[in-house]
Amino acid sequence: MIDANVLPRVLHGTSRRPLTLVQHEEAFASHERVTSIFDELEASGLTGRGGAAFPTARKVRLLREQHGRSKYVVVNAMEGEPASHKEVSLLASNPHLVLDGAEYLAAMIGAERIDVCVARDNPAAINHLNQAIHERERSTKREAQIQLHTPPKRYVAGEESALVHWLNDNESLPQYRSTRPTVLKIGRAPALVDNAETCANVGLIGRYGARWFRGLGTQQSPGTALVSVTGALAHPTVLEVALGTPLRMILAAASADSDPQALLLGGYGGSWLGAAHLDVAYDNEALNPLGAAVGAGVIVVLPRRGCGILETQRVVRWMANESARQCGPCAFGLPALSSDLAQLTRVMGDTTAAHQRLIERCDSIDGRGACHHPDGVVRLVRSALRVFGPDLDQHINRRPCAGSTSPTHYVPVPSLEREEELQWQ
Amino acid sequence: MAVRRRTGGFVLKVNPILCDGYGHCHELAPELVEMDEWGYPIIVSTPTPYTNLAALESARYAVRGCPRQALRIERVVDQTSPGA
Repeated sequence: MIDANVLPRVLHGTSRRPLTLVQHEEAFASHERVTSIFDELEASGLTGRGGAAFPTARKVRLLREQHGRSKYVVVNAMEGEPASHKEVSLLASNPHLVLDGAEYLAAMIGAERIDVCVARDNPAAINHLNQAIHERERSTKREAQIQLHTPPKRYVAGEESALVHWLNDNESLPQYRSTRPTVLKIGRAPALVDNAETCANVGLIGRYGARWFRGLGTQQSPGTALVSVTGALAHPTVLEVALGTPLRMILAAASADSDPQALLLGGYGGSWLGAAHLDVAYDNEALNPLGAAVGAGVIVVLPRRGCGILETQRVVRWMANESARQCGPCAFGLPALSSDLAQLTRVMGDTTAAHQRLIERCDSIDGRGACHHPDGVVRLVRSALRVFGPDLDQHINRRPCAGSTSPTHYVPVPSLEREEELQWQ
Repeated sequence: MAVRRRTGGFVLKVNPILCDGYGHCHELAPELVEMDEWGYPIIVSTPTPYTNLAALESARYAVRGCPRQALRIERVVDQTSPGA
């Protein structure tokens, strides 16, 4: 039994070796049985931890109302964000908690099959899951059949429609949905797609109930969240924090630079937040008015000696390359944003025009893709123009900051793959 | 022929995956479709009332004229148009 106000919850145990099924049942033993798990889920106020923070109970309700011979639960542990390591940490400590949650979800919507998706170049997580699934098969009767899938590691492959598309046709490409929310389907079977961390929290709610779950976090954002902290710190780390914890405390807990220039919050489709807001609580109610969000639980610390424009350009260039190139505004717009930003970082660049084009192109690209990939990049660029204002003026006046010529970078960006080498199948 | 009074408005919706930027929609429905610098459509997002028959006709031309069949007219229900 874990107490309601004790951290960590989903990262309980050691990260060196995942809990076995026996250890898991012991660690998360529950004295009282939850009577109606769906009621508890609704009362818990759990929101999706994959980025969109959509209320999980509403999604489950939508899937419950679907008729169909069979349904699927899809556990999304793709972790496409290069700065995020939360899924790896979670699966390296409590894979059974994630599977518990998936089984609760399956029971709630009446699904017979559970598909767990991990990017294929993540051997550690794949191992942990294989072992956990194997242990479960040997132990008791299982109501749902659990299967592991390994789609390619692309940024958009973890987008829910791309994931379902992969399960259908082995292609990790997002699909167009004319209305939202839409029920995604595998074959003719409705599929509930939830992030692995969300599933782990469902696993806890199923054992301990909504009251327990609300023992940490705030009224509007109850529970905990996994945060991957990277950037200007010696050891990138994954922390489990109660939602509503001040950002300053999270940075201290990660032994990060306590006087940064800015933080990149949410992920590579997230927002920059200036250092003036370090005392803000880490939850969407506090962050949204500042144009930021918890998102996928990423915090990248940019030190004062770094250049925000350059870091943004590096991220945007990578994100442009990760576009599935299905929609014109994304395929052509993101490289254009990247080259505009590159102009700004050059001493001889056409900076005034590039700045003007950036603003216009952001407006023209926003909301015009089949998925939200281009919208995320637009959000990031807009936040950079807002947060790095004084620095930006220097760049526009062709006096780029010292950071923009330094070879040291802070935001972890994978090396670019050539377009013809990008794997989608 | 009886005229059916249609309340509410419509928007033109494009499937951006199908769209290849032929630009026919901009030619056929200039009042509803603008073009971005790469030739892809930017569609007016505020609903047009069904009473605007000229715009509705343009929209239908655009839907039929799209070589990729990427356009459709979508009804906006919760919008009370002034002409209704």
